[in-house]
Parts: sequence; structure tokens; C-alpha cells
Amino acid sequence: MSKQTELYHIHSALGAQLIPFAGYDMPVRYSSDKKEHMAVREAAGIFDVSHMGEFIIRGPKALELIQKVSSNDASKLVPGKAQYSCMPNHQGGIVDDIIVYYIRDDQYMIVANASNIEKDWNWIKDSNTMGAEMIDVSEETSLLAVSGPKAEAIVQKLTNHDLSEMGTYFCFKDTFNGAEKSLIATTGYTGERTFEIFIYNKYAEKMWNDLMEVGEEFGLIPTGLGARDTLRLEMGYMLYGNDINDETSPLEAGLGWITKLNKGPFNGSDILAKQKAEGINKKLVGLEIVERGIPRSGYEIAHEGKVVGTVTSGSMSPLLNKGIGMGYVPSELSAIGTELDIMIRNKPVRAEVVKRPFITK
Amino acid sequence: MNFPENLLYTEDHEWVKIDGNTATVGITDFAQSQLGDIVYVEIETEGDELDAAEVFGSVEAVKTVADLYMPVGGTVSEINGELEDEPELVNTDPYGKGWLIKITTEDGFDTDDLLSVEAYTEHVKAQS
Repeated sequence: MSKQTELYHIHSALGAQLIPFAGYDMPVRYSSDKKEHMAVREAAGIFDVSHMGEFIIRGPKALELIQKVSSNDASKLVPGKAQYSCMPNHQGGIVDDIIVYYIRDDQYMIVANASNIEKDWNWIKDSNTMGAEMIDVSEETSLLAVSGPKAEAIVQKLTNHDLSEMGTYFCFKDTFNGAEKSLIATTGYTGERTFEIFIYNKYAEKMWNDLMEVGEEFGLIPTGLGARDTLRLEMGYMLYGNDINDETSPLEAGLGWITKLNKGPFNGSDILAKQKAEGINKKLVGLEIVERGIPRSGYEIAHEGKVVGTVTSGSMSPLLNKGIGMGYVPSELSAIGTELDIMIRNKPVRAEVVKRPFITK
Repeated sequence: MNFPENLLYTEDHEWVKIDGNTATVGITDFAQSQLGDIVYVEIETEGDELDAAEVFGSVEAVKTVADLYMPVGGTVSEINGELEDEPELVNTDPYGKGWLIKITTEDGFDTDDLLSVEAYTEHVKAQS
């Protein structure tokens, strides 16, 4: 039996197609994937992503724990700043990719993928030998994301905080539109200006309705997980479970930029340092179909008739109107411009290694 | 959800309209709504003689791809050429301009395994 977010009945009433995802019935689309995708690129969309996990890590040992479990350097954070990070395991794979928010002194929040909440919690708990305080607030927290070039104008209607002063990956905690102890963050997963609004469940319905009301004049529409996936793929962002998992290395995935091996030891840092020194054998690349066809997760990647890898994510890019995807290939075939074939229904379809993001922002 | 009464259906969500020795085939309103925006239809079986339940092509939506199955056996005699430029017709008019193929036979069609509109409606209810 799937769980439901606080907004389930709103999605149902809007005629959303709901699918089971990470234990929740989630809206995959309300009207059309393309329309919702383009709304986020051109105006704004609102996502219910309340299925995501949120852990509070606090106390004098909070930073020490976060530094131990995450690959990025959380000591660089200042209160009100967030960072993308990942949690390596001891085999050089990835437990999860996460965002770390520094809310205020000795108080952090980790946002985890919905499908990994339990695994992440246990992983962090097992690493918590220093005695940081951990609270799982996933069940009591709703998360709305307003994303698109009009997002700031819409969210600004509900607050006196000057949102134009917030760069990307900032956050503040305050009463927001009547919702006490909300966290407003400029983190997101679409490549567009995004405000992620973390609120207690009891405020979710009113927040959604108020945002929809003030957003109407800006073209705000509800947007589902379908559009969210094509939006993130156009940006080349990782989807845990597809592009990265317990077996893939952050270095192979192109996440070297959040793998700070010089920050001091952390979970998996030894093996990642070794990988870096020895060089990695495969790399995640962006793939664009040259003519017609759509790569899909699980399709084989071939080079000169030989299978060399597998597509991990793929879709039609609504903006480019082309098939795009990502997949791991041997490092020697990862250079931009390399011609590869994607096996679509047993036929090789020509694709080219391209840089990510796939679109120009 | 619209399921015309004059059609027969498959459990795989194709519809078929039989007119003598010619059958017109498409996918149902339910199928197109589940697939989402259709971005192209790939059918390379024109002229082939296929059995019922054989794959005659595939339909690619933004998010997913689905095989298309012959509702009845026969020869794929015509493909809807308009879908080359306007695949979205399958979304907007699944029973009309969004038809996919025509099948011909000289032996008469075997419709025993096809579903009536009532049976298909029940089938969809069970799935959603």
C-alpha cells in the first residue's frame, strides 16, 4: 500500500496520473509532459516532492558527522548556504547523492532521495560514533518546489524577505506565508531558478493553493515527476538508482567536483583517492542521438559492433526535440565528439558523446 | 475516458475496427493517456504478413516506449503517413486521425480473442 503526500487529493482532483514511486503515490503528469516541461523552462511549475527525505543533524558534533559521511567539504558552508554532496560507501560506490543545508550554528539538514531514506538513515547512524544529534523529519515535512524563470516573482508575493538577494544554493528558516519554521532554499533539480519550500505537513495544502493563486498571472502550472525527469536530464543531473548507485564511483559519474579528497578522511576517501591516483576505467557521458531515436535506461551502448556500456538515463529532450541520454562507457571512448551506437530494438542508432548540460543555460 | 462502442479491443490497449477484409488499428484513449506525449511512431512492417499478437511497431512517448501488437492476423497494408510529421495525433485523436495501420486479409479476421467495449472497460478499471 503506497503512502500519500498531504497533497494527494489535490493531485487527484487536478486529474493527475499517479504512479507508485519510492513508496508514495506521486503525480507523474497533470496534463502533458512536454507542456509541463516547457512551463518550467519558460514560466514556472510547482512540484510536490514531499516524498523526499529530510534529516536534521545538530549539536556540537554535527559538522564532524557530516564531514565523515559526505564527500564535499561542509566546513566551507556558512549559515544560510547549501551544497550538493554525496555519501560514498567503503567500496567506492555511492550510498546517495544529497544536499546539505547549513541552517544555523550547529544545525544542518540533509535532504535525501525518497527511495534511500531508510538506507541513508542507517548509514549515517552507523557513522555517528561522535554522538551528533540526528532527527528524521521526513514524515512530518512537505516539500514544494517552484521552478522556472518566474519562480522568484511568484514566491516573492508571499514573503517580505528580498529573494533577489539569494543566490543559488542559499536558504533561510523563518515563518513563511503563515507557515512557522519553514525552510526556503534556492536549491533545485531543473536548471531553472527554483525555490524549495520545506514546511510542516499541516501547512502544505494552504501553501500549494496560495502559490497557485499568486502564480496564476505568471503562468504557474502544476508539474509532475515526468517533467522533473526530462528537466534534470537536459541539465545532465544525476538520478540516483539510474545514473549512480552503490556500485558507481563519484569519480566515474563526473562528481569529482564534489569529492574533496583534501578535506581530511571521510567514508570511502581512501578508495576514492586510490581510484583518482590510478585513473578510472569508465566514465558517465552525455549522449545525443544524431538522427532519430530515443535512448532509454538499460539500452546497450556499442562501439564498432561491440557492446561497451549501458544507457542509465534517456528520454526525448522537449527543448532540443532530440533523443538524449547518459551512460557509462570506457574512458577511452568518453571524449566529446566520440561516435557510438545505441542499440534500440536490436538496431544500432548513431549517437555522439556531447557535453553536459545538453542545453545552454 | 472514451471507448467507442463500434470498436473491438485488445488487452494491450489497441483498438480495431473491422470493415470486411480490412481492419483499422490504433491505440486507445487509455493507452495514449498512460504513455503521455507521443513523439514518434515507428512502424517498419508495411507489406509484412503478421500473426495476431505479433509486434508490428512501437510508439515512443517522451517518458516511455511501448510495443504495438497486431490485434488480428493479416497483412499490414497501410501505415498512417500523417504520423510522421504529427505523432501527437495519437494523443489528440486516437480513434480518428491518430490511427496507426490497416490490416487486410483474404481469409476473414479471427476476432475471438478481442474484447468488447464492456470487457475492455472492465479491463482498464482493473488496471487503474
